[in-house]
This record gives sequence, structure tokens and C-alpha cells, in this order.
Amino acid sequence: MTTMTVKGARRRGPGAFRRGLQRNLTAYGFLCAALICFAFFSWYPMVREVLLSFQQTNFVDDPTWVGLENFRTVTEDSAFADAWLNTLAFTGLALVFGYVIPFVAAIVLNELRHARAYLRFIVYLPVMLPPAVGVLLFKWFYDPGAGLFNQILELAHLPALSWLDSTDTALISLVIVSTWMNLGTGTLIYLAALQSIPSELYEAAELDGAGLFKRVWHVTIPQTRLILLVMLLLQIVATMQVFIEPYLLTGGGPENATLTVAYLMYQYAFNFGDFGAGGALGLMLMVVLMVFSAFYLRLSRDNQS
Amino acid sequence: MKSPKLSMLLAAAIALTAAGCGNDDSGSKAAETSPSAAGADAPVTISVGCQPPKSNPLERTAWDEDVAAFQKLHPNITIDSKDAFPCINPDTFQAKLAGGTMEDVFYVYYTDVKKIIAAGQAADISPYVGGVTKLGDLRPDVMSIFREGDKIYGLPRNNYSMGLVYNRKLFTQVGLDPAAPPKTWAEVREAAKKISGLGAGYVGFGEYSAGNTGGWHFAASLYGRGGEMVTPDGKTAAFNSPEGKAVLENLKTMRWTDDSMGTKQLLQWEDLMRMMGGGKLGMMIGAPDVVQTVNNDFKGKFEDYGVTALPEAKASLNGGDGYMINPKATPEKIKAAMLWLEFHELTPGQGQFNYARSKQQGRPVGLPIPDLYGDAAPGKEITELRKANATVPVENFTPFVEGSATIQNKLEPPKSQEIYAILDVPMSAVLTRQDADIDKLLADAEAKANKVLAKSS
Repeated sequence: MTTMTVKGARRRGPGAFRRGLQRNLTAYGFLCAALICFAFFSWYPMVREVLLSFQQTNFVDDPTWVGLENFRTVTEDSAFADAWLNTLAFTGLALVFGYVIPFVAAIVLNELRHARAYLRFIVYLPVMLPPAVGVLLFKWFYDPGAGLFNQILELAHLPALSWLDSTDTALISLVIVSTWMNLGTGTLIYLAALQSIPSELYEAAELDGAGLFKRVWHVTIPQTRLILLVMLLLQIVATMQVFIEPYLLTGGGPENATLTVAYLMYQYAFNFGDFGAGGALGLMLMVVLMVFSAFYLRLSRDNQS
Repeated sequence: MKSPKLSMLLAAAIALTAAGCGNDDSGSKAAETSPSAAGADAPVTISVGCQPPKSNPLERTAWDEDVAAFQKLHPNITIDSKDAFPCINPDTFQAKLAGGTMEDVFYVYYTDVKKIIAAGQAADISPYVGGVTKLGDLRPDVMSIFREGDKIYGLPRNNYSMGLVYNRKLFTQVGLDPAAPPKTWAEVREAAKKISGLGAGYVGFGEYSAGNTGGWHFAASLYGRGGEMVTPDGKTAAFNSPEGKAVLENLKTMRWTDDSMGTKQLLQWEDLMRMMGGGKLGMMIGAPDVVQTVNNDFKGKFEDYGVTALPEAKASLNGGDGYMINPKATPEKIKAAMLWLEFHELTPGQGQFNYARSKQQGRPVGLPIPDLYGDAAPGKEITELRKANATVPVENFTPFVEGSATIQNKLEPPKSQEIYAILDVPMSAVLTRQDADIDKLLADAEAKANKVLAKSS
């Protein structure tokens, strides 16, 4: 079939090709703009980063090739293990909270008969805040003295927490911020998936005597399995790059308890002026994320087919 | 979902700046000003960083007036002022350099100078600096910041030593004499306890512990107690010492036994400035420029603050800023830069030291900074001019001036940012964990710092 089409196209000759080109000129124009943007802002920087991770440069003289020296620098740093462990812990905790809560919120919103639009707006509201503003808002909430959270604990006659100032609670405090900031997007995506489930399935389940939990377990989850998987992978990819929360709230402390891979990368490049080491760490993170991205692409392809 | 991917962002920043490399104006202008193509008075344009921003109209006017006066004096030189606030963002330094947008005469903090020299990112100005008439009068410790071997890589603009900044109003409120600030750490503890006893939100003594600022202030306290950050050869860490232990023990006691440091920790530069400006922080380690910053940007009032020398100080950490020259600058540009820096930053009664104009403009005059010349003749002249035009209560800084006179100023350690990052850990530990093991924390930090130093030596 494909061969026949190609042969057919060849038979049409250059005139047909030109006409086709003219017909789709606008589309190609849009495509070019996107390709140029990707080339400049994504692909070229990625290539540069790969090169940089094997070089030492002062941005004045020509860079020198140093082989795997930057990778050695990074892996021999005692903060390297801390950063990866914290990043993995953050990702795990962010999945527990940030993956489940939006799904539950979407189910609840989907079940509601009244004020659904209003509540959807409320849930999405944090996404509209610039991330830095949202994070700094939590800086005040977490204040151990006059902060909102400790005030609430006090009202409930519970002991105050140190939140960001304790190695026990600092990381989870960052997860809470991240979950709150990203709740709206996840919820809306899940909600859209839920609303595409044929209502007949729920009606049938109800006729069979299924309660809410059984309906969720036997209808909702199987029907949204693909989107759940895609969101899981996207969330892993996004949360492993956590940066703004530790940067603005804790500076990686206390005692490196919130030092993440992305934050360490920033420290190498911008605080210590070692772009080679920053690039090497960035490349390591990119390789890990590429594995998850490959899964995501596979899932997307499966979905399309 | 978080859309920005940091690894991509870092790469994008690098790529963008690298892409800008092709647009290197210093290179294109080189022909215009190269020795062979131009005579001694050939036109030359230099871009200079740290023009005050439009949000600071008085200082900007003064700068622009100085530029006009300088250009009148040297008609062949054009100053292309570049404004920025703050004057430098270390985060973008490398990117500007890579992208060819770094000024010919760029502003630096002392903290970054050695790193920039080691990376070959500043021009050697030794052959050109001889014409600066007051070079020999500049404090040797200040100039040593910009020296490497027998070469010179920059000139200072501001210099100060660390002291203790305190809120005079709060001192009065708790029955302490603001004219007799603490001279020992025991007195600091007593004062801090009284101030924090004023009620919720009052903090007796504030200290940094995150974003590398904790390590920076550890160094300041350590020097004050007579300790060293590294061995004389710079190859081994030396802060795991009785003095280093005393720094952390003192903080731990104030935080947990005295409860005079507040509950909120992991503070960084802006946090303490805000707390000081808010009027509920009693004391912090800092230089007189803290009072200026708190007054200008954090709603404090000059008259409410005082500065004294670091308690029990045997030495003090140098702080300050200056200018270095773009390594791609032509000799003509470097010569012009020397003339400008001498005119604007180093001459009593002129440029930054034009106190008569500052007074006329209603700007604060009277802070005992910059201290570029010490007791040398230009230093005395500057002090006299400052006194004659004072607009702020200079007596509030007398304890600092008198107390600092006999204290030796010391430089930051090599690989300062890396070591400060390491020392953030023990600093944050003693302030956030009651059971912090100081011996172990210092030993761990020492091992990590030794690794960093071994790599650099």
C-alpha cells in the first residue's frame, strides 16, 4: 500500500510536489518556527551541555577536554549521594501525595452535582500563581513562630513543628508545597479523563449494586489506566528536577536535608563557577530522565495506536 | 506539573550565552583602539558596570555628573554606563562573560575575586596600574585581594571589616546603654536574652545558616576568635579547632539554652536585613554597610542602629567590592579604565568621596566606610571630609571605628564558596538540632573541605 502511494506520488511529478508544497506552505511555516525554536532552545543546548560535561572552560579561552574528570569531581563530592537520595525521596513522597491527591480530588469533583465549576476554579487557582510567589507564600505559612500552620496546630492543641528547620520535616514540607502548586493541573487532566468514561458503565455498575469505591476500582481506574500511567511518568520526570522549592525555602539545608540534584547542579555552575561539573551532573540527571521519557513515549504511541 | 526542566534551563543558559559569543563587541572595537591603529589620545569607549539604577535617582544623578566631568577632562574617553541592581549577580557572571556582554570594567565582590583570577577571567592590569597616583597608599590587605603573585587584577571600591550591628532602640528598651555595646560574647548573650524577652517575634541575635551565608559568617566569627580557616599554605582546612568549636558552641547555647535566636532558622542575607529593618532583631554580625542597606532598602532608620567591633575580636574578615577588567579589553581600554577608577573610586573629594555633593543631595554621609586607605594621607583626608559633611549620627559608629582600629583584617579562604557551602551544614545543624554533635560536625566538614582544597592545590 505504502509502495503504491509512493509510486503514485512519483508519477505525479515535480508539479504536483510544488502544488502540494504551496498548499501546505502555512503549515510548513509554522513547523519551521517550531523547529527553529526547538533547535535553539532545546537541542543545541542539550548538545552543548553534553560537550561541556567533558570540558573545562572559563568562557574566555578555548575550552579544554578533560575526559571524565568532571564526572569524577561530581561523584567524589560527598554532597552527590545526599543530593540523589534526597531527590529520590522527594520524588517518592511527591508521588504518594502529588499523584494520589489530584486523582482523588478529580473523582470527588466528578461526583459532585453542585458548584463543580466553582470548585474546579478553586483547585486550579494555585497554578495561576507564579511559582516563586506560591513558594514564598509557604515560607510564611511555615514560619515556626507566627506561621499559619503552627497557628492551626496550636488551635488544635497540638505541638508546633519546625517545618523547614528540621531535618525530619524539611523535605516533606517541600513536597507539600510542590503538591499544592501542581494540584490544579493534575486534577483537571484526571477530570477530563473521568468525564470521557461512558456513563453507561457507571449505571451498569450501580445496577449491579456497586458502591462508590467499587465503581472507582472496577470502572474508573481501568478506564483511566493509560492516563494514570502517563501522569505517573510525567510526574517522575518533573519532580526529579525539583529546584525552586529548595532554592527559595531552605537553601538546601538544614544539614543538606533538602539538597537536590538540580540544586547541586546550580551550585556547581553558578556558585562555584564550575560549569563542567554542573554539566556533568546535568547529563547524569538527563540520562535518568530519558529512561522515564522513553517509557512515556512508548505509552503515548500505544495510546495512539 | 513542573514544566521548566532545570537541566535544560542550565543548558539553555549556556547555549544562549555561547551563541552570544559571536557578537563580541570588544573584539570588533579592538581594531578601533588597537595601539597600531590609534594614537595615545585616540577615541576609546569603555563600558562600566554598577551605575546606580533609576530607582535611586540621587546616586544616579551623581554618577552621571561624574561621567560628564570625567569625559570633559578626558575628551577621547567615552564612558558607557551600565546600570544594574544589585551591581552584580554572581549567578549571571559566567553567562555574561561567555555571551560577550560583560562590561569592560566590571564590578565584583571580594568573595569572588580569587575565583575570577584563578579562572583567568580578569585582565592583568599590572602594566597599567602604575599611573594610579594613590596606589601606594591603598591598604596592603585590601590590595592583596586583587594581587596574585606579582600581578594585579583589580582595584577596590569599598572595604570594611566585620563587626556587630545592633538595634539601639531595642537596647534602650531593655535598659541597656546603646553607647556601650557588648564587648564580649558573654555580654552579647546577656543582651540577646533581654531583647528576646521583649515578647513574641523579638530575636536577640540573628545568624545565617543557608545558601553559603552560614559558612561565610562562621569564617567571620572564627577570625574574630583568632582561628584560621585554612593552614598558611592553603592546602588544609584549619577550622576544626578550639576556636571553631567555640563559634558553634556559642550559637548552640544561644539558640537552645538562652532561646535568644528565635525559632526560624536557615536564614539568608535578605532575611536578616528584613528582620533588622523590621525593628525586632537585636544584633547580628555585619559591617556598617548593613545599616546603609537596612536604611535604604528595608525601611530601617539610620539613627536606630549602631555598629561596634566584633566581640573579643583578634581579627576580622574583610568585606567589600571593587572593579576588575574584562580579559578581552584592549590596552587602550584598560588605560582608560584606570583613569576612570582613579577619578571615581579612589580620589578624596571626588566621585564616591564627593561628600559635599552627597550632603547637598540629602544622601547619608558619615558611615565609616569605605576604608580603602587606613591611616595613609588620603584615608585621613576622606575621614575629615566625611566628618565635615556628616548627615547621620556618626557617634553610632564610634565603637566600631575605635574597636576595629587595632584589629587585623583577614582575607577569605581559598575556594571560599565551596567551603562556605560545606560549613552551612554545621551552622544549620547547631541552630536547628538541639542534639547536634559539634565535634562530629566539624570533623565531617574538615574532611570535606580538605577534599576541595586538595583538588584545587
